[in-house]
Amino acid sequence: MIRFSEEQAMLLDTAREFCQKQSPIDAVRQVIQAGQPLDETLWQTMVDLGWLGVTIPEIYGGLGLDLADTVPIFEAMGRQLLATPMLASTLAAQVLITNGSDDQKNQWLPKIAAGQIATVALTEANGSWDPDQITTHLNQSASGEMTLTGGKVFVLDAGVANVILVSALQGDSLRWCLLDASELPDGAIQREVVIDETRRSYSLALSDIPIRADQVLPGTAFKKIELAGMLLITAEMSGGLDGVLAVIVGYLNTRKQFDRFIGSYQAMKHPAVDILMGSEMTRSYLYHAATVWRDETDDGIVESAVRMAKCCASEQFSEAGDRGIQFHGGFGFTYECDAQLFLRRALWSQYQFGDERHQRQKLSALLF
Amino acid sequence: MNENEIGEFRSGVRAWLQDNKPAAPSFLLPETFMEVGTDQQFEFLRRWQQKVYEAGYLGMSWPEAYGGGGQPQIMQEIVNQEMAAQRVPFVPNTIGLNWAGPLILDMGTEADKQRYIKNILSAEDIWCQGFSEPDHGSDLGNAQVRAVKDGDEYVINGSKIWTSLGSYAKYMILIARTSNEVPNKYAGLSFFLAPMTAHGIAPTPIKKLTGEYGFCQTYFTDARIPADCMLGNEGEGWSVAMKTLMFERGAVGGQAGGLSMMDLNINDIVELARRATRNGRPAIEDPLTRDELVKLVLEAKGNAVMGSRARIPALGGTYPTAVAMSGKLRSSELKRKMTRFAVSLQGANGARYISEDALDGGKWQRSYLNSFSGTIGGGTTQIQKNILGERVLGLPKS
Ligand SMILES: Cc1cc2nc3c(=O)[nH]c(=O)nc-3n(C[C@H](O)[C@H](O)[C@H](O)COP(=O)(O)OP(=O)(O)OC[C@H]3O[C@@H](n4cnc5c(N)ncnc54)[C@H](O)[C@@H]3O)c2cc1C
Ligand SMILES: Cc1cc2nc3c(=O)[nH]c(=O)nc-3n(C[C@H](O)[C@H](O)[C@H](O)COP(=O)(O)OP(=O)(O)OC[C@H]3O[C@@H](n4cnc5c(N)ncnc54)[C@H](O)[C@@H]3O)c2cc1C
Repeated sequence: MIRFSEEQAMLLDTAREFCQKQSPIDAVRQVIQAGQPLDETLWQTMVDLGWLGVTIPEIYGGLGLDLADTVPIFEAMGRQLLATPMLASTLAAQVLITNGSDDQKNQWLPKIAAGQIATVALTEANGSWDPDQITTHLNQSASGEMTLTGGKVFVLDAGVANVILVSALQGDSLRWCLLDASELPDGAIQREVVIDETRRSYSLALSDIPIRADQVLPGTAFKKIELAGMLLITAEMSGGLDGVLAVIVGYLNTRKQFDRFIGSYQAMKHPAVDILMGSEMTRSYLYHAATVWRDETDDGIVESAVRMAKCCASEQFSEAGDRGIQFHGGFGFTYECDAQLFLRRALWSQYQFGDERHQRQKLSALLF
Repeated sequence: MNENEIGEFRSGVRAWLQDNKPAAPSFLLPETFMEVGTDQQFEFLRRWQQKVYEAGYLGMSWPEAYGGGGQPQIMQEIVNQEMAAQRVPFVPNTIGLNWAGPLILDMGTEADKQRYIKNILSAEDIWCQGFSEPDHGSDLGNAQVRAVKDGDEYVINGSKIWTSLGSYAKYMILIARTSNEVPNKYAGLSFFLAPMTAHGIAPTPIKKLTGEYGFCQTYFTDARIPADCMLGNEGEGWSVAMKTLMFERGAVGGQAGGLSMMDLNINDIVELARRATRNGRPAIEDPLTRDELVKLVLEAKGNAVMGSRARIPALGGTYPTAVAMSGKLRSSELKRKMTRFAVSLQGANGARYISEDALDGGKWQRSYLNSFSGTIGGGTTQIQKNILGERVLGLPKS
């Protein structure tokens, strides 16, 4: 069952309109070329719309809605390849909301709602974010002083973040370490080269970073955060699928070869229909997962629904991007063809929190 | 209806189905209305339809004046859902209930409605469809069976093929060529509600790939049918046929309901994976098999959530007709994949066929072979993709 409220429908319309206006494809290319870590004017507009506070409780200056309510916003952003720190900030806020102490919430949530940038650091150089596989440790000396040592990769928007939440092991237990970015040594944060050029991704080198007790959060919400990340990235992918399909259909309806529109060839038409079906299925799985996220209390059901959505989106979006290149012939091989922007986005998203093979492996254990 | 009333109604339906579901017969039942091959099968299914109708669970939203229930459509939908859930047999008169019936209610005369509707519901009159011809299947617009007007009759000559239920039908929805002197092939077609009892109409059974019988070739030799059998005007047959296909593919509502095929649920396949053995071990223990099974579950579940989303207009998206127009394509392809996979779950024993030695008597092998009825009948998968590409995505004609 999918449920979708009037409020969500309104948010969907507003978000679509906003993203279309702010992020036409030319603007996406300008953002890539400029290479700026942040478009401050755009960011402030989003903050003014209240988007950064959607999930933050009212007492901390937000709207107090469910994470699922942000799905239409992320979908609209994905449709236009609009990449801002909203993904990072929203996830970081979830960590604070679920695992933060009252003091930590008081200190950070109002700031995040007001536009200070927060991010999460989970994945490590070995390609894993699984608590059983990570090597970043929170160590304690004989005198009780704590230090954080290890390294993270694919930390979104760390270059402009005010606060970074790092997953780490203290003994066998998972913790979140709350780092004030301004306290990190020079050079600890380095920009990475990633396949999706709209993303600002960073590595984090952590050696003996002193940590106070008030910077440590329990890590019990880790699974929830992982799933939240999947849900939001799936929303972006669902939008992206719609975007790349529009690029494909546009070309199939204008390019002629052998005196016919290439869209009249079934070698093009039928795979285009497969992409349409993949897009429709992804969107359905997305809003199903959003419904389950909000309404369901059984963790296993939530996990299955979100993984199914991420699985479907990863497979379908990357396939659509791949075909999108092929369908453009020689032009598809160029930087100028918009299909590459979507393919690169698809590849980035596919591997965040696990591609379709990863998801099927997890689902296999959950389902039977 | 409010939630409470719906819940109450649903449990009433469920209880009735549980009490009245016929015991499994000693012979194999067909899996869809396109595969009814023996009198025994036919009689069993017709009796079931009669019973369902008498209980008030068919044509619930059709007008009372013609034998329907005059109730909201949602009630029929609930009944359909419960029928699938309770695994009851399908009702055989699908062509009447779901295509010809809604068509007659939509554009037939008062006399047509009085004459046909009630007996469609009660299975008194079985209907068949005479669209495909030996040389013109997908290219339906090229149909060449001739209908020549002679006084107050039309004289029909030629043959139709793949006529499901042809041997049992009393009426046929027939598309035939009434003129060649027209600007294009479509304009020469007309649509008839033809009595199969007319002299000169001979349905002849054809053996299917499963080895059983199921459909017919229907020969017309100077068959005379009354001129008032025509639905719509002369030369409008194509648009009436297109309307029929909209009902047939479920793209528009108005159907009398009831199942038209045995429900196959993905859970059946999961359950089979536990029972069937590959290389001496339960299939479900094999990691590669598990991965294939997850893929199928994802496709099945994906189809279900698509249906759920389609009911929310605000989530229609860029292509709001895509889900409704692809229902037939998706469900028939899924069924083909599921049954094919079901055979593979049996490893070496997948090579068996209907016999005592085969798992479940060979029903999965038969199911797989029968699954092509869905991917070919009613417009092939390839034709569905053309339609979706052209009408939903707006791509140029092939
Ligand atoms: C890396 C690279 C190097 C190249 N080097 C050279 C070179 O040195 N010299 C040179 O002359 N050319 C070169 N080419 C050009 C190459 O031969 C053409 O790109 C190719 O023939 C396709 O033509 P097109 O780009 O016009 O695409 P189109 O012909 O416009 O094709 C667009 C899409 O439509 C499909 N399509 C077209 N017609 C049909 C049909 N009838 N049926 C079904 N599908 C159809 C195509 O498969 C493609 O997916 C190069 C191309 C690339 C990518
Ligand atoms: C079990 C069953 C029951 C049926 N019951 C009925 C019935 O009751 N009444 C009735 O009238 N008909 C019935 N049919 C017929 C059915 O509608 C036709 O079989 C179907 O429309 C295909 O026509 P055809 O068999 O002539 O195949 P063809 O049209 O000859 O197709 C052969 C192959 O070519 C492909 N093809 C054809 N045209 C195109 C195209 N333009 N682009 C791409 N590929 C194409 C097809 O997809 C197919 O794979 C039934 C069929 C089956 C299998």
